[in-house]
Amino acid sequence: MSAAAEIFVSALIVIGAVFTLVGSWGLVKLDAPMSRLHAPTKAGTLGVGSVLMASMCYAFIWRDGSAHELLITAFLFVTAPVSAMLIAKVAIFRRTNVQELPPPPTDTTWATHDTGERAIKSSSASENRGGNTATPG
Amino acid sequence: MITYALYFAFTAVGLSLLLAMWRLLIGPDVGDRVLALDTLAINAVALIVLYGIYAQTQTYFEAALLIAMLGFVSTVAYARFVLRRDVIE
Repeated sequence: MSAAAEIFVSALIVIGAVFTLVGSWGLVKLDAPMSRLHAPTKAGTLGVGSVLMASMCYAFIWRDGSAHELLITAFLFVTAPVSAMLIAKVAIFRRTNVQELPPPPTDTTWATHDTGERAIKSSSASENRGGNTATPG
Repeated sequence: MITYALYFAFTAVGLSLLLAMWRLLIGPDVGDRVLALDTLAINAVALIVLYGIYAQTQTYFEAALLIAMLGFVSTVAYARFVLRRDVIE
């Protein structure tokens, strides 16, 4: 029982560490901003989630059990898509010209560039940057 | 056995912190730097939780939770600042 539990907790720790390392390695290695966005989100959910599972299992098996690591897991699972979406919007906003984007399906402009009166300033600023080659989507 | 797994995990997470720091330094655009900061915060959470297992104490849980929350809030603030040149409208 104890040996199996040790193997289980060690496997969880190693899996979490490997996923964290792979996420950061992908962050350095991949060459496009959207691809770079892809890698660390795995570290955020699988890597840290697995380490927190290991901590919880360790506490339940050898200490007086506590499940408050679930708070961090739930918080990361809720917030990771939000921050990933915002960083993707930043990548779109910085890398594309407004004129190069295809027309949006329903609205007059894409939400990333819809900033009220600031839209004029930011669109002219992105023109001054000379546009870019990255295609949206 | 858990000790050796923890040593491996410390090495791996420390290495990933260095890799994220490298992307933070060389990041060609501000979005990459924001992403690197977010990754640094998440890796710091993993490192603190691992140290909590290693030290056999629950003391470091609050620090991990606080860093997770502050990392998210700072990521959102940076991204909003880049998008709108303003954080609170």
